[in-house]
Amino acid sequence: MSSPVNGTASSASSTTLSSATPLLEVSGLTKHFPIYGGFPIKRKVGAVQAVDGLDLRVAEGESLGLVGESGCGKSTTGRLITRLLEPTGGTISYRGRDITHASRRQLAPVRSEIQMIFQDPYSSLNPRQTVGSIIKSPMEVNGIEPDGGREKRVRELLELVGLNPEHYNRFPHEFSGGQRQRIGVARALTLNPKLIVADEPVSALDVSIQAQVVNLLQELRKELGIAFVFIAHDLAVVRHFSERVAVMYLGRIVEIADRADLYENPRHPYTRALLSAVPEATADDAPARERIRLAGDVPSPISPPSGCRFRTRCWKATDTCAAQAPPLVRAEGNSAGHLTACHYPETARLPVDG
Amino acid sequence: MNNPFLSIRDLKVHFSTEDGVVKAVDGLSFDLAKGRTLGIVGESGSGKSVTNLAVLGLHDREHTALDGEILLDGKELLTATERELERLRGNKMSMIFQDALASLSPYHTIGAQIGETYRKHTGASRREARARAVDMLRRVGIPMPDVRVDDYPHQFSGGMRQRAMIAMALVCDPELLIADEPTTALDVTVQAQIMDLLKELQQEFGTAIVFITHDLGVIADIADDVLVMYGGRCVEQGSKKEVLRDPQHPYTLGLLGSMPSLHGPVDVPLSPIPGSPPSLLNPPSGCRFHPRCAFMEKVDGGRCTSLQPVLEVVDGRGTACHLAPGQRRELFADFATARAL
Repeated sequence: MSSPVNGTASSASSTTLSSATPLLEVSGLTKHFPIYGGFPIKRKVGAVQAVDGLDLRVAEGESLGLVGESGCGKSTTGRLITRLLEPTGGTISYRGRDITHASRRQLAPVRSEIQMIFQDPYSSLNPRQTVGSIIKSPMEVNGIEPDGGREKRVRELLELVGLNPEHYNRFPHEFSGGQRQRIGVARALTLNPKLIVADEPVSALDVSIQAQVVNLLQELRKELGIAFVFIAHDLAVVRHFSERVAVMYLGRIVEIADRADLYENPRHPYTRALLSAVPEATADDAPARERIRLAGDVPSPISPPSGCRFRTRCWKATDTCAAQAPPLVRAEGNSAGHLTACHYPETARLPVDG
Repeated sequence: MNNPFLSIRDLKVHFSTEDGVVKAVDGLSFDLAKGRTLGIVGESGSGKSVTNLAVLGLHDREHTALDGEILLDGKELLTATERELERLRGNKMSMIFQDALASLSPYHTIGAQIGETYRKHTGASRREARARAVDMLRRVGIPMPDVRVDDYPHQFSGGMRQRAMIAMALVCDPELLIADEPTTALDVTVQAQIMDLLKELQQEFGTAIVFITHDLGVIADIADDVLVMYGGRCVEQGSKKEVLRDPQHPYTLGLLGSMPSLHGPVDVPLSPIPGSPPSLLNPPSGCRFHPRCAFMEKVDGGRCTSLQPVLEVVDGRGTACHLAPGQRRELFADFATARAL
């Protein structure tokens, strides 16, 4: 784990930060889920290396997108940041304060500032609670009594997310998927958070509803200045929502850059392959960019490949790739803040199609 | 289209439920020729999956009322007996489902499941069926097919399971393949592999494919013709180029405007369709899209709320909307320039 040192150093100088301390800073974050086996006494026989040495920083009001395929560790990262999971290694600091192993009591004030929006609007709302009590509960837990009472605040929030405040006493099953997701958003906003971790917030919704929720989140972000960690597998949605984007593969960040750099000048072969695989709703016969077809599947995170984890599917892989894990650094030709973890970064820019 | 392979005329699929009759499909017609791919787009509850279950005769016969005409190679399927359908299913027509894990039996090996269909329709022996299964797995790109044929579904990854399902669907070289959101649960890189595979197989065998999806990007990649469904009806159809480049129905326009893109400006908000899809138990009067339509007041005399627009199809192109063609050109002009950027 010597590699990320370079990465953090160059990213620190390059991110557009006004203050010295970012809102959230994660370094060397690692989560290994142990696997138990054996008989009659079970013992640890291995580990799923879900997240393996992650460095990230999120500035105040910034939206960072985390993309990658299933199993790349993006959701685990989200859960580690919100401390719903206990990290195996590395540090998480919020406003310069180390919260990696903070106790429940120490975490309480921080937890009210970091909120989460979940993917499934059906399983993330308690069917036995009214919308009012769902949105109210964060205030109850934290003993907060806003001016004018909790109910007034809930009604304001319902209005803010585009729901009818009159629906205060309804139950989740009376709402459609898109409306339920709005309830989840309202709940996340109850305590005026500074950072929201949104884990695939729109992927369970229909296209037309998805656009409504994306626009809502965008507006809230602009109005309330909330920073976002936006986790999604849909590259187009992430491009729309996030100023900076990190691409993950098998528990590691392979490339992180400002939106324009990542989508127009991707340097990592995996980023290129991912971008080229997205089907686009254009009627043109010739695709705008060359299709890169990756063979095979993502290897198991239980025994990831040595060196560069992408090498088993990479068309450029050499012996160096198997021997050494490429550090996440500013590759030659990258603009400031654009880090790539590859021994042989791609060079040609993608065609900017008209 | 001369001599279509699959021809559906005025299909109605109504379910009787405790709360009333759900008109899941309410008057749908289309044709599909061999070697072509028809993409059916629509949101959840638009009737796209139900239509295709009806084609295969997989609907719940007890609670479903069907009406209209489904002709497969000249044979009427709606009046066919279960026995006749069984002979066709898996043989002349077959289907790929969205959730491969739920569609495969966990207790049987992949090879046995692929071979079962083959044995049933050809009367082949176990040994022949196994050889055929290995061959099919090789064709859909499973590495070491002679070993993997004896694996169980849980030993396959998501993409491999979907490939195995495709192998199962294609084992008897069907002439019609219905793919119901076959790539929705997959990652983009695997999705691209599966779509390439379908295209290759189609070129090889001239299969007619109905591809159901909610993703217009996938449609753009794989379909020749497109049919847009809303609330159990077709609102627009045409060739892929016509529909994606020059959408004529406000709903199609709305779908395209809802999709973020990998190109173009980033700071412009998306233009979503307001509201949510209609209840099919109690659908809106007149045009089913009118409660969500931005152009309703442009139509005189409140026809949108009172009169159901008729889908007139000329040369495979048609739109069910009360707006006059000239009006549309004017109203959709902003959109057209935005798309051209």
